[in-house]
Formats: sequence, C-alpha cells, structure tokens
Amino acid sequence: MSVILLVEQTLNGLQFGVMLFLMAAGLTLVFGVMGLINLTHGSLYMVGAFAAAAVAARTGSFLLALVASIAGAAAVGTIIEMAVIRRLYSRDHLDQVLATFALILILSEGTRWLFGSYPLFLDTPPWLSGTLMLPFGIEYSIYRLSMIGAGLCAAAGLFWMIARTRIGIQIRAGENDREMIGALGVNISRLNTLVFAIGAGLAGLAGALIGAIQSVQVGMGEPVLILAFVVIVIGGIGSIRGAFVGAILVGLTDTLGRFALPHLFALFMDASSATSIGSSLASMSIYLLMAGVLLLRPRGLFGAT
Amino acid sequence: MTMKLKMKTLAVAASLAMAASGALAGGAKVGMITTLSGGGAGLGIDVRDGFMLAIEQSGRSDIEVVIEDDQRKPDVAVQLADKMIQSDKVDVLTGIIWSNLAMAVVPSVTAQGKFYLSPNAGPSALAGKGCSPNYFNVAWQNDNLHEGAGAYATSAGYKKAFILAPNYPAGQDALTGFKRFFKGELAGELYTKLGQTDYAAEIAQIRASGADVVFFFLPGGMGISFLKQYADSGVGLPVVGPAFSFDQGILQAVGAAALGVKNTSQWSKDLDNEANKAFVESFKAKYGRLPSLYASQGFDTALLLISALNKADVADHDGFRKALEAADFASTRGAFKFGPNHHPIQNIYVREVIKEGDVFTNKIIGTALENHADVYAAECKM
Repeated sequence: MSVILLVEQTLNGLQFGVMLFLMAAGLTLVFGVMGLINLTHGSLYMVGAFAAAAVAARTGSFLLALVASIAGAAAVGTIIEMAVIRRLYSRDHLDQVLATFALILILSEGTRWLFGSYPLFLDTPPWLSGTLMLPFGIEYSIYRLSMIGAGLCAAAGLFWMIARTRIGIQIRAGENDREMIGALGVNISRLNTLVFAIGAGLAGLAGALIGAIQSVQVGMGEPVLILAFVVIVIGGIGSIRGAFVGAILVGLTDTLGRFALPHLFALFMDASSATSIGSSLASMSIYLLMAGVLLLRPRGLFGAT
Repeated sequence: MTMKLKMKTLAVAASLAMAASGALAGGAKVGMITTLSGGGAGLGIDVRDGFMLAIEQSGRSDIEVVIEDDQRKPDVAVQLADKMIQSDKVDVLTGIIWSNLAMAVVPSVTAQGKFYLSPNAGPSALAGKGCSPNYFNVAWQNDNLHEGAGAYATSAGYKKAFILAPNYPAGQDALTGFKRFFKGELAGELYTKLGQTDYAAEIAQIRASGADVVFFFLPGGMGISFLKQYADSGVGLPVVGPAFSFDQGILQAVGAAALGVKNTSQWSKDLDNEANKAFVESFKAKYGRLPSLYASQGFDTALLLISALNKADVADHDGFRKALEAADFASTRGAFKFGPNHHPIQNIYVREVIKEGDVFTNKIIGTALENHADVYAAECKM
C-alpha cells in the first residue's frame, strides 16, 4: 500500500517538476541571453491561462485553447519586449526589477479590467478526464500523465532547438558574447525579441495546462514565479539543462516532503503537532534544498564557473 | 411670573425635543476598507455591492460611505483606517474580509472610540478575551460554519473523516471547529501551505487513508484547485465543507466538479423569507449576477447600521450601541440576534450544490445547528 502511495507521489512530483521547467526555461533563457531579471514572467503564465479559458469558453476545444495560450502569451511577450523591456537590457538589475514589477501590476489590473474579478472556468477535456490503471494497481489521473508527456515533449523540443538549429546556435552564442554576435551580423534585437517570445509562449502553455486543474484568476502567476526563480538558482542561472534538473528536483522535494515529513514527525510526537510542524517544515523544504545547493555550488548545479 | 417660567420651560423642552428628534434622523459617515484588487477581490466587491444596495434602497442621502481598497495587505488596511478616522472623520468602520487584516485594524479602531461592524472576518481573538463593546460581527465567528460541517457529518452518519485546511490561524480554527462537533474518528489531518494550488500529494493520501468523508476549508482559488483535482483523481468520497469554497463567485469556475457537494452556511439565496427574496431579486436586477453569501453579509451590515441610526444618534455612543445590540432589522437570514459578545446567534444550514439552467448554485437541504452561538462568548468580559 505505502509503496503504491510512494510511486503515486513520485509521479506527482515529476508532473510538478515538468510544469516548473516550462516556467523556468523562459526565465533562465532571458537571463542567460539578455541578462534581464524578468518578474513579468508570472504574468505571462496568467495571460496564457486566461487566453486558454477565453478560447475554450467560445470554441469548446481544449487543443485550440492550448494553441491560444501559447500564441496569446507570446504575443503579449513580444509587445512588452518591444515597448518596455528592450530599454532595460543595458541598465542596472534594480531598474529591471522595478520596471518588470510595474508590468506585473499593469498586466494584473488590465486582466481584471478585461475579464472581471471572479475566477474563470477552464476544465480538462473529457478525453483526458478520469484515471488510468497503471501496473501494480496504481490509479493515476490521465490528465496529469498527459501533463508529464506534454512537458517532456516541450523540453525535448527546446533542447533540440538549442542544440541543433541555427537559432539555437545564435542563442548559445548570445549567452557567451552579445557584442561579438552583433558584430558578426546577427540581428541581436530580433534575437532578443524571439527568445523573449519563446519563453513567454512556454510560460503561457504552462499556465493553460495548470489552469485546467487549478483556478484561472488574477494573481495566479506570482507564487509560480517565486518557485521558478528557486529552480533557476538551483540549476544555475542561464542553463537550460540546469533548469530541467532543478525543476525536477524542486518538484520531487516539494511533493515528497509534503507527504513524508508529517509521517516522519509522527514517529516521535503526537499526531496533531506532527502534522503542524511537518507541514511547516515541508513548505520550507525547497528553500533548504536551495540553500544546500548554493553552499556546495555557489553558482548552481550547472552554472558557468 | 410662574406662568412665564412655565412657558420658558416648555419652550426649552420643545427645543430639546426637536434637537433630539433631529438626532434621531441623523446621518453618519461610514468608512469601508475592503479588498477590491488582487486575488481576493471578488469577496470585497460582493460585500461592497451588498452594502451599497441596502444604503441605496433606504433612500438615505445622509449616510456617506467612503470606500477604499486594502489590497489584502494588513499595513495598507491600518493606514486606511488611520486616514479615515483622522482626516475623513468617519463614525463607523466596516468592510474587512480577512481575519489577519481585522486583527490589525479592529482593536485600534475600537480603542479610539469608533464603531466597527464586521461584514465577514470573525477571528476567535475578537470574540473572546479581545471582545470590545464597539465591535459587532454581522457575519459569524470564524469557527461557526466549520462547527456546522462537523455536526452535519456526524448526523449524516460518517465515521472516519479526512480533514485538511491551510496552515494559518483561520485554518487551525476551521479544523478545531470541525472536530468540536464531529463525533467520529479522524482518518487523517493535514495542514497545507497557504496559497497552495496543487493538491496531488494530499489527494493521494486521502485515497490511501480509508476515510468515508473529506472535510476541507480552502477559501477562494485554493478550493477551486482542490475540487477540480479531487474530481479528476477519481477518489469519489463524499466531500463536506464550509460555504466559502462554494459561494456564488467561484462555483462557475469549479463547474460540475462541485455538483452534489454538501456545504454549511448561515445564508442561502433560497432561504424562505421576505427580506431575502427582495434582496436576491434586487441584487440580480442591479448587478446582473446572483448574490453570494458575502453580498448578503454586506447587505445585512448596512441594514443593521440603518436600523441603529433610526433609533439613536451615532455621536451618542451608549444609545447607538444599544440600538446596534437590539439588531432591529429584517435580516436576509431570517431570525438574527446578537450574543453577549456581539456575535450572531443564528442557524447554520446545510446546502447542496445544484445546477439551475446554466448556473451552478446552492439549495438548502437542512439545518446543521439551530440558534448557534460561538464558544468564545464565555471568555468575553465587557
């Protein structure tokens, strides 16, 4: 029984980690190539979820909603990159934080103005609802399995793009030396916009996938943004591979911690205080993980040394 | 001579009487601090709309309401309260949704001699030792709806409950309240992180626990997430909760996942009394949506204020307090009165989530607790 539970929780952790990767990938790319701290990333996640909910409500198609989430978030990302963020690359990190924080407020209140203050409805499609019997009697949600699959596909696509395509070469070159690739004739400002839009699209996709099993509401992006920052700090800022490993680590630590720590404390104290202390400690676990990683590797697991 | 004196006395008496009757019809300045932006804005907007509807229907132009947004931040709420008392010179404050904000604002407001009428938050600290003669709660003490859920789960014959709530004071109050009235045993007890949105780990434990009922208190977006994921997980155990996760504002976002769920509330739109029918109709006509329990609480708060203003001048603190204590108004919940600690004594009903046409809503199916008061009243000395 408890082995089944453990496998189920591991799947949950994996699913959480894969979704975190979709968020963290854009964040780490933007930081790696442009050197920008982008707090607006959580709002793009929200934009994706709202775009998906709006399209799903009109068309009833979940696949169209997913397309809309990527397109919507990428479009909004492109607009804010060209209008605001472009001016911030050469400036101090503090200016970037201030300006992108202002963008969070603008996007949040803008979304409320368009869609109202009440959460929107976005549900899993009927063909992905329900559960699947896995071997050894493990019952698991089909939708969550699909999320793992979709996230891994997106990750594979991203790795392929960066390792094998011309754009990928330019992105990697941009991470190493921005001036040099500019001098070699690459249109650096178009590359920046493209990288930003790719990151925004991935965040939007994550927003739509998660929105279907959580609530689509204003302010949904900020808690995820914090986790995404933890992920890229653990993985090493600027590294896609680091973001992937960091995301899976954070997902597993958080999920298994929430499950195991209260049980661990219950071994030597009464049930009520064990749940209280165990769950308090569980919500700290990923930050403890981050502190531990930074202690051993100050630049993160895959950070450039 | 005596005649003249008598005439003078009469004249004085008459003018005094006139002054007094002038006071009877006196208006008031009300400060409303509530959440109008950010994730919890739906609740504040409902309270505001309910409150303003009652003021408008009363036709009284001498009640002036100053409305400000606290952004769900305690420090902002404290600043707003100071500003309203010092520069706006309000007589009465109201509007706060969240218990942590109420704890930051209410004690200082009442210490400055102003009245506070709570349309929502009812932390136990303000109902027991920290109660105040100038603090009135028109909604409920925080534990009440959870106690109702515990009583309902017991009467419905459930034996093993799995209970969960966020790890913060109102969450701990919720589980305490449920356990106070639930006579069965607990299959599991979990505290989740406040603001958590993924419940896969908790749902897996519910599946493995062998419980026959699940009780949860997860207000706002947390409840939407939990219900959708719970329905998707195929666990299928019956769910019981307080009305906060099933109010009109969020049911449409949960969708069919909430159908059939039993929840406890002091109000429902189908409560059969004249005041409530009129309220639901006029709210729908004015705002184009169904009222939530928060809207009904805002409406009742304004009715209470108006009823007290009809009897006494707000500057006459003792008289005004007596008028508030009388609670002489037609509440949307039917019978309504205050206990000794200025918290409601009222019925807690059991509702079921149903679908009416295209709209998900609640219907009353029974009463969980009758004339229910809170346990903290005994600790209140005022």
